[in-house]
Formats: sequence, C-alpha cells, structure tokens
Amino acid sequence: MRAVLFASAALAAFVVEAAAFDLRGTGDLGIVIERASGSVQIVETTGKTSLGRVSGLGDLSHATAVFSRDQRYGYVFGRDGGLTKLDLLERRIANRIIQAGNSIGGAISQDGRIIAVGNYEPGGVKLFDAVTLTQVADIPAVPAPGEKASKVVGLADVPGQGFIFSLYDAEAIWLADTTVPSAPKIRRYSNVGKLPYDGLVTPDGRHYIAGLFGEDGIALIDLWRPETGVRRILGGYGKGQEPLPVFKMPHLRGWAVAGGLAFLPAIGRHEVLVVETKTWTEAGRIPVQGQPVFVIARPDGRQVWVNFAHPKNDVVQVIDTLDLAVVHSMTPGKAIMHMEFAPRGEQVWISARDSDRVDIFETRGFSRLASIIAEKPSGILFAARANRVGF
Amino acid sequence: MSSRPSVAFAFLAILASAAPATAGEPPSARQKELRHLLEHDCGSCHGLTRKGGLGSALTPDTIADLPDETLVAIILDGIPGKPMPPWRGEITEGEALWLVHVLRKGPDHARSPVR
Repeated sequence: MRAVLFASAALAAFVVEAAAFDLRGTGDLGIVIERASGSVQIVETTGKTSLGRVSGLGDLSHATAVFSRDQRYGYVFGRDGGLTKLDLLERRIANRIIQAGNSIGGAISQDGRIIAVGNYEPGGVKLFDAVTLTQVADIPAVPAPGEKASKVVGLADVPGQGFIFSLYDAEAIWLADTTVPSAPKIRRYSNVGKLPYDGLVTPDGRHYIAGLFGEDGIALIDLWRPETGVRRILGGYGKGQEPLPVFKMPHLRGWAVAGGLAFLPAIGRHEVLVVETKTWTEAGRIPVQGQPVFVIARPDGRQVWVNFAHPKNDVVQVIDTLDLAVVHSMTPGKAIMHMEFAPRGEQVWISARDSDRVDIFETRGFSRLASIIAEKPSGILFAARANRVGF
Repeated sequence: MSSRPSVAFAFLAILASAAPATAGEPPSARQKELRHLLEHDCGSCHGLTRKGGLGSALTPDTIADLPDETLVAIILDGIPGKPMPPWRGEITEGEALWLVHVLRKGPDHARSPVR
C-alpha cells in the first residue's frame, strides 16, 4: 500500500513537472502573416524564434490582427472577409468565419468582448462576440437612405466601449457607441474631406485622425469632446505642388507619437510630416527617400522607423525625434512590408516580402540579431498590442 | 489627359507591329517580373485574387466591358484624383497591353510559379 502511494505520489509529481514545463505565458508571442500562402507563423520575441505555422486562413493579401486581452488569441482579418480566431498557445485555429466578401481590418473593444470588422464589400462594420464569433450587430456604411454603401477604412477602438471608422467613398467618419453591442448608437460626421484612406486613434485614446487621399490635409476628431466636430489640420501641406505618384497607400495604424509630436506619412510627397499634438499644427517635415508607408515610433518615442512604397521599398530609414532628421538608412531585404517593435522597443522585427525573410534588429546599434525564414511575410503583430488603445 | 492621344497612337502602333499575336510579348524573364508586380504590387490594392480592395476588382467579368486601350491608358497614366498611380516609366505600352491580356485570362493564370 505504501509502495502504491509512493508510486502515485511520484507520478503526480512527474505530471505536475511536465505540465510546468509546458506552461508558458503569451506576452512575448506574436504572429507573422504569410500573405501569399494564407498562413501565419507563431513567433516569440524572447528567444527570437518561430514556434510553428498555422495554415488555412484564406486570402491574406491584406491582413491584420488584434489580440484578446489575455493575449492568448489573435483575431486575424483577411482580405476575403475571413475572421480567424487563432489560439497562440495551441497554435491552431480556434474558430473561423467568412463574415463578408472583402474586408480591410478590425478592432477589439475596450472590454475585449466585441470584435469589430471593417468591410469593403458589403461596405460597413460588423460586430462579433469575441468568444463565439457570433454576429451581434451590422452597421452598413450607407451615408443616406438609398445611397450605395461606402468602403470602410481606419476602424479603431476608442475608450468608452466604442469604435470609430471612416467611409472612404462618402467623406464621412462614424463614431459608434457599442455599450449595448446589439444596438450601436452612431454619431455621424460628414464633409470630413476627400477620400479618407486610413485612420488612427492616438495612444491616449483622445484623438482620431483620418488621412485624406483626395486632398492635402488630415481630419481630426477630439473624442473627449466629440460634439465639437471634425477639425481639418495640415490643410494644403503640399502647397500646390504636383503630388508624386503613390505606388502603395500609406498606413496610419501603428502610428508614431513621441515627445508631444506626431509623425505621419505625407501623401504624394517623400516626406514625413511632424505635427505638434497640443495645437495640431505643423512642426516640420522630414525629407525621406521615398513615399512613406508605415511611420512607427519605437515605444520609448526616441526613434521613428519608416518603410516605403514601391519602387524604393527595400529601404528602411530611422528618424531621431530630437534631431528631426534621418539618422540611419538600411536595406534589410527586398520589398519591406512592415516593422514591429518588441513591447519595450529593444528589438524591431522587419518583414522583407521578396526575400522571404523576417529580420530582427536591435534598435540602438542597428545590428541584426536573428532571421526567420517566412513565405512572403507581410504584417508582424505581437500580442502586446492587446494592451494598447487603437491597436 | 494630354497624353491620351499618344497612348492611343502607341497602342495602334503596337497593334500594327504585333501582327503575329505573340510578337509583342515581353521576354520570359520580364514576364515573370510583371506577374510578380501584378500579384503583389497591384495586388496590394486590387487583391491577390483580383477581387478588389481599395482598388476595383480586376477579374475578367468586371473588366469585360472596358476596351484594351482604356485599361492600357489607366495602367500607364493612372486615374487622376484617385489612388491608381501612373506606371509609365516602369511599364511600357507593350507590357501594359500584355498585362491586360493576363488580366482577361483571370487570376489562375497569373500566379507566380509554385514556390
């Protein structure tokens, strides 16, 4: 009897030890989108390795993701309207639906219970239960009765259990209060400017900015005083110059705010615009080597990293936010798609689509720390995004 | 808009010179580059499967009513006021016409060689 007890105690100890060995957190996990093969790699930033690949996520030619607040699940939004709930720990698809014909991206609510997806076709926003992916509301982006639904861009979460998004075809921004998820209350802003192409919420959740493709300028909403309407900032920043062709649309998500300044991609000019965030007036422009696509601040705000549109898309430039000048240029690979910082910014991951590789650099000396082979990698998204407003 | 007549002229010139249907085709190495450009760079707005995104769908049925010369002109000169940029300088008229033919065949014919 004693021997049996001893054996079972030993077995129990072994089981506990094995489980402890398998246990891990998810705060250093992330995903790399493989855009051509409909797959993602699950990666970790501590050892800088890939843990495995999950396939079957559909058309990821344009894709992004948000994360559950416990950072276990990623919600991947694919081009084909697919919404995939990915289990980062078990490295498998936990749930997947096709919720529209053509989608652009999504957001997760402040309380983590609602996933919002922005769609091109049919134009609008749909809300889903984050646990079950059951649809809870549909917000068609129809500007007025009988009109055609607009494509939706720049969808982001805002404090107060809300979402905000821009209507590309309708010169509008809508702010949705989803306190009762099945009955969203919408505040509509019209005449915000021509062709809003993307939007972002500032890290403090106070302001929403929509970039305009159809004119020089940016639309700004103060979410602390939403009744004051839309303000146009940086009007006429091109000052009548003929814009240069834009071979890839810039992205505003993952934006750069540092030391009271915001850094934004200009449209049709090879410049990064610098905006003073107290007054929202122009504080300068930084010449860069091409059309900026992503302009992203290192988490401490001392550096801003920029990648570029075709044909100069093999270059990454680093701006020092004290000097307001490019202090480093590098060519890590062919067709640089995206950059993502480790949560505290000591390393940055950079995807080089046509080199089939993700490179990891340290951000002080710019030396390469590691590389991960990936198939046509594009977006790199770390689970730490779960803790950030507007991500 | 002033460039449109020259596009049309160039297009006619291509037609005239391309009597055998394949004579105007780009060399195979360039075809590979163009297919890559179509899949990934055009695809960033029009989708890998060309069902559209911020840009229009470019599937055979959606472009069926647009004549070759219109599509060639859009590729080369873009659409003023819209995000479609002008690719003249990177793509010749002959290459644009070849791309239009690739579009008309549908996406299954244009994917990059299997990796």
